Amino acid sequence: MSMNLKIRHVGGVTVLDLSGRITLGEGSIGLRDAIRDALAAGSKKILLNVADVNYIDSAGLGELVGAYTSVKNAGGDLKLMNLSKKVKDLLVITKLLTIFDVKENETDAIAAFA
Amino acid sequence: MTEPELHEALTLPSTLSTVETVEAKANEYAQKAGFDEDTASQISMVSREAAVNAVLHGNKKAPDKQVQATFSLTSENLTIKIADEGEGFDPSVIPDPLSPEGLLRPSGRGIFLMRAIMDEVNFRKLSPGAEITLVKHRNRD
Repeated sequence: MSMNLKIRHVGGVTVLDLSGRITLGEGSIGLRDAIRDALAAGSKKILLNVADVNYIDSAGLGELVGAYTSVKNAGGDLKLMNLSKKVKDLLVITKLLTIFDVKENETDAIAAFA
Repeated sequence: MTEPELHEALTLPSTLSTVETVEAKANEYAQKAGFDEDTASQISMVSREAAVNAVLHGNKKAPDKQVQATFSLTSENLTIKIADEGEGFDPSVIPDPLSPEGLLRPSGRGIFLMRAIMDEVNFRKLSPGAEITLVKHRNRD
């Protein structure tokens, strides 16, 4: 039931494919580590694919915010793509949709980093 | 007061397994109440938030402290109560997560989400501890 994370590189963008749950003690640590490693490796363009994230709680939202802040502070850019209705509803309720740059699909997202 | 159709009271340890138990039980009750899958998922998520607060912030995972979780279903409401044995807290001092500085804060959204998703959220001070009551009205049309 925990989060799975796969890393791809597409056109100079580091794509993190997240699936499962981003919650307290499950997904949150893995995401934090992956962002830190990507930044340490020099990646400044990071795309979170949350298509297969089926559950997220306030700790998970906090990790997304933390990821955004870490990447911004490092002079990079973080975007989200493929939001399910469930995840999008949460971002609307918490007004985090006003912070994140959200794209409908990977083609649009990769192009937006250029 | 309407007699509950279903009622369960659980005494749980101050561990993260309690969080999973509360989440699963809340989801079970939300489905029995007839809420759609998305609403049931939101109800179980905010119940999980309440359990996280009880275990981590209330009882601070102390092995000698318990979490009381009760689930009640009446013809009108689904009611979930989570109580801890901690020092209690004042919900009015929690910063607004929608404020410009609050938006980028990595924590502090749990109670906000409870209020956004449930129809009623009430806090009660116990001696010792705190109790949070989450109520969702059932659709009866």
